[in-house]
Amino acid sequence: MTDAVIHILLTLLMPPLLLGIIGKTKALFAGRVGAPILQPYYDLAKLLRKGSVFSDTTTWVFQAGPVVTLAATLTASFLIPLGEHRAPLSFSGDMVLFAYLFGLARFCTTAAALDTGSSFEGMGAAREATFACLAEPALFFSLAVLARLSGSLSLTPMLTGTVATSWLNSGASILLLGGSLFIVLLVENCRVPFDDPTTHLELTMIHEVMVLDHSGPLFGVILYGAAVKLFVLGALFTDIALPYATGITLVDWGLFIVAMLMLAIGIGVVESVMARLRIVKVPQMLAAACILAAFSLLLVLR
Amino acid sequence: MDAFPAGLTEPARLVITGTLLMGASGLPGLFLKKSPTEGQLCAALLVVLGSLMGLFGALATILTEQTATYTLASTLPFGPCAIGIDPLSAFFLIPVCIVAACCAVYGTGYWPAAQHPRTAPRLSFFFGLLAASLALLPLARDGVLFLVFWEVMALAAFFALATEDWNREVRDAAKIYLVVTHIGTLALFATFSLLRTGGDSFAFPGAATLDGTGPLATAIFLTALFGCGMKAGMMPLHIWLPGAHASAPSHVSAIMSGIIIKMGIYGLVRILSFYDTVPAWWGIVLLAAGIVSSILGVAFAVGQHDLKRLLAYHSIENIGIIVMGIGVALIGRAIDMPGLVLLGMAGALLHVLNHALFKSLLFLGAGAVIHDAGTREIDRLGGLGRRMPWTAALFLTGAVAICGLPPLNGFVSEYLIYLGFFSGVVSGKGAAVPLLGLAAPALAMVGGLAVLCFVKVFGTVFLGLPRTTEAAACHEPGWAMRGPMVFLAILCAMIGLAPVALPRFLEPALFTWNPQLAFAGEGLADAAPLGWVTILGALLVLMALGIGIVIRQRLQAAPRGTTGTWDCGFARPTTRMQYTASSFAEMLVKLFAGVLRPKSHQPEVRSLFPVGGTFASHVPEAVLELVITPLLTAADRRLSLARRLQHGQLHLYILYIFVTLAILLAWAY
Amino acid sequence: MNTVADQLIVLVMLINFAALGTGRLAVAIRAVALQGVILGILPVLIHSFSWHLVAITVGLILAKGILIPSLLTGAITKARITREMEPFIGYVPTLLIGAVLTALAFAFAAKLPLAPAHQGLLFVPAAIATLLTGFLLLVTRRKAISQVIGYLVLENGIFLFGLLLTEAMPVMVEAGALLDLIVGIFVMGIIINQISREFSSIDTSRLTALKE
Repeated sequence: MTDAVIHILLTLLMPPLLLGIIGKTKALFAGRVGAPILQPYYDLAKLLRKGSVFSDTTTWVFQAGPVVTLAATLTASFLIPLGEHRAPLSFSGDMVLFAYLFGLARFCTTAAALDTGSSFEGMGAAREATFACLAEPALFFSLAVLARLSGSLSLTPMLTGTVATSWLNSGASILLLGGSLFIVLLVENCRVPFDDPTTHLELTMIHEVMVLDHSGPLFGVILYGAAVKLFVLGALFTDIALPYATGITLVDWGLFIVAMLMLAIGIGVVESVMARLRIVKVPQMLAAACILAAFSLLLVLR
Repeated sequence: MDAFPAGLTEPARLVITGTLLMGASGLPGLFLKKSPTEGQLCAALLVVLGSLMGLFGALATILTEQTATYTLASTLPFGPCAIGIDPLSAFFLIPVCIVAACCAVYGTGYWPAAQHPRTAPRLSFFFGLLAASLALLPLARDGVLFLVFWEVMALAAFFALATEDWNREVRDAAKIYLVVTHIGTLALFATFSLLRTGGDSFAFPGAATLDGTGPLATAIFLTALFGCGMKAGMMPLHIWLPGAHASAPSHVSAIMSGIIIKMGIYGLVRILSFYDTVPAWWGIVLLAAGIVSSILGVAFAVGQHDLKRLLAYHSIENIGIIVMGIGVALIGRAIDMPGLVLLGMAGALLHVLNHALFKSLLFLGAGAVIHDAGTREIDRLGGLGRRMPWTAALFLTGAVAICGLPPLNGFVSEYLIYLGFFSGVVSGKGAAVPLLGLAAPALAMVGGLAVLCFVKVFGTVFLGLPRTTEAAACHEPGWAMRGPMVFLAILCAMIGLAPVALPRFLEPALFTWNPQLAFAGEGLADAAPLGWVTILGALLVLMALGIGIVIRQRLQAAPRGTTGTWDCGFARPTTRMQYTASSFAEMLVKLFAGVLRPKSHQPEVRSLFPVGGTFASHVPEAVLELVITPLLTAADRRLSLARRLQHGQLHLYILYIFVTLAILLAWAY
Repeated sequence: MNTVADQLIVLVMLINFAALGTGRLAVAIRAVALQGVILGILPVLIHSFSWHLVAITVGLILAKGILIPSLLTGAITKARITREMEPFIGYVPTLLIGAVLTALAFAFAAKLPLAPAHQGLLFVPAAIATLLTGFLLLVTRRKAISQVIGYLVLENGIFLFGLLLTEAMPVMVEAGALLDLIVGIFVMGIIINQISREFSSIDTSRLTALKE
């Protein structure tokens, strides 16, 4: 029970911190002081209080999009185990629901983007939907590997307990899987090298261009939803990459938080040292991620 | 029990009576030349009545798990004909009845007799006949009767499809459909003839009574796969489907896509049920065919910009998903994993029902748009959501459902099939396991592509601003058209949110399909925790409502302004500058260019000051235009010699018949 | 089987994909060089120590990791080509075909009638996969230099298979095979230079004009 409460509180409160850390890491790399680590929280608070401006083209879809997206992402967060702690809800086949909830979120975000009738937003929506088509198979290959290794059909047993032994027994496949999932993590969260969340050129963006016309509280919901998505998929990655646990609940929660912070720093480092890929290169990278994961599956099925 | 043979029990009586009502529904209209509207209403009423009877009969059959067979002991040349009902037939009757009733009502608004006095009575008649044959097909218990109903269905569909026969495009589509469907029927002739060898009648063998090994079983499997696959529209055999679905009146498209192609699935499922042991390669073949069909189907759909053609390609995709489920079930039987059989087959059967619901919803929604805008070109529409809020919301429901997204019904069936894949990967053995491992990502990719495709359709048609004046003048259809859509959408949401009730309906059908499952002791509820889907679905809905209410309060508390969409500083954007469906899909079409073979015609820029030009791009029906047509043309050239046999001389034709007869006699001797 | 060797073999197979997926010739050459070095290390890991082994390892690393790559790099600098411009099949499709071939390699390996000691080893599927990748490169690429790379990958595959038998393989045979290879590469390099000087292109598909 305590674990479930901590799970929910962490999921609700921690995500913007990750954004803050990523921003700080990038600032340090660039030799700047950078915004305070808590800046994303201030931004959210400010946006929730602000008024909003709507395009006269938009309908209810434009307003419902961010809301459903956030609801779907939060629902998915109930299914993912954080560190070595089981998820509040867990049942056989929950990984399918987990992945499809993000599909629903994507449907809503892209539909809301098209509601403005803007070419830029259409372009961003098209890219988001296209890249997702290639990221999904990589995710499912990885899920199949995890299912096979753990002998179970649910995220909690897949990601807790057995991962550490899997590292010893089939390290190669877990390594490939981790690589593939890291690419998926970066694509799904629109990070460099696939998308640049800080660029100011509409033509080159993916996620940020889709939400150009959102403002005020709804924009806050979008930012928060994106942060939660980073948190949830990041938890999926750290569960695999850093599967160590002591068995003492509180220490394990501490370990998980440290792992997530390390992941945020890692993403910050990647963003600082890598250039953005050309858009045409992105599908190649995603195909590579699929092949890594498929290869990993081949190794465990052998 | 007087009017009906005593062998038929109560639910069966209801079903048969309902079918007769449906079949006869168009007859009054044919004679009421003076008042076509009354005739049409009468036909719709009869179809609804017949469907209700059929539906109740089917549900009663499933819930009481009874099986009834009756043999018409007449002296037909092929021997006695058998008709019967069991939970498997009844399960297929459910979508038939629901969709037939919805489409009949919708037809009165979509193709009103007042506006089409010449074609409406004919359409009503063939629609009723089609509905009746669809309801009778699952009742057939021997090969001959099956083929008779199959043929009636094919012909009634042909005439309903060719309603707009003055239109060349419609005529061409209808012709291709007619030829292809008969090629498929030919294969089924072979199937049933082969099934007869060994026995002395065409009557269907009981479930799990035949041996699946050996060349005879292989031949039966392959011919059945070809014949049924052609009707179902599996990938390389789908050539008739996009054209036919696009050209038919929308409610006929809905029943074609929702039901007729499912009869191919029914045929396959029924024939497979005869076998006790099946070799693993049957399952592998079906699974591979399903993967190919679903990925290519949806990839082609992404490239389309004709609303109904696009939906038609999605039928190919969904048939692929169903076939994947059947493949999983067969693999489960071959490697003796009842859980896999249960999950795969339950997913396949449920997807049959689900696809019937959301695809007819989508076709009816598309019909409402086409009815008013007068065009099927997605890129000429836009902004309809403001003028047709009901249609937009209903179409959105169908779109979310067909993408397999929670909390609607498409998710439930895909969830079952995924569970089948994953359980196979976890504890399966043998050569099928890698394919099961490949199938899960393939289905995920299909899901992603479907999302792309339906965001594209919904966004281009219903969101943004109207691109043409026709699109700007659209208005909401009347309740005759809206009502059926609302009903279908409610069903989609119900199945999606309350799937716990489903095992009660699916299990009898599953146990009829393979009686061994009933003895395995594992129920569907044990294999798939559907209750959790309900909980998570409710959680999702509540969470969305909660966040929505909070945000609404915030929005009302703060000032709110309205302005134009951000145009990046460009001063005079027009509505035609909105992102079109073609541009939305362009990136993906390029990725799949190797298969899709997109064609584009772009203006050539010759001078420094280019003049105006036009740009067009489209994705052709690759199999038909790049494989079949060139093949047939080549065959036509090569076989011109053989055409001399066809010269119009009657007495020589009689000679051919005589020679054939003589040869057959000699062979028999 | 020891795990370090297994990881290295996985790396060998990943390098196959790198070679398939890249358009830059320099990257492809380096990838194949790395593959050669890994193959050179492998015998030490799987067989017990002997001077014969050390000789083979050093020879292999020198030849596959340094000599051949430098020759090839020299060739591309002289011919002033940096990337394979237009392969017959695009990079993403070749990657996918490569993935399918790798999967098939695993299937074939399971069916091969091997000695019981060799069954279930990663060597066999990896060898077949590398072999097939080499074929794929040879078939799909236009530039002569890419074909040399394909040939190298092919040879690596054969070598991987031979690793199972290293103890039985006399040094001379090994050295002979390597020598063959090096001479082959030399000849190819010279021919490439000549062709590019004469025709200002090393597109092998244009060589069909020479058939008469």
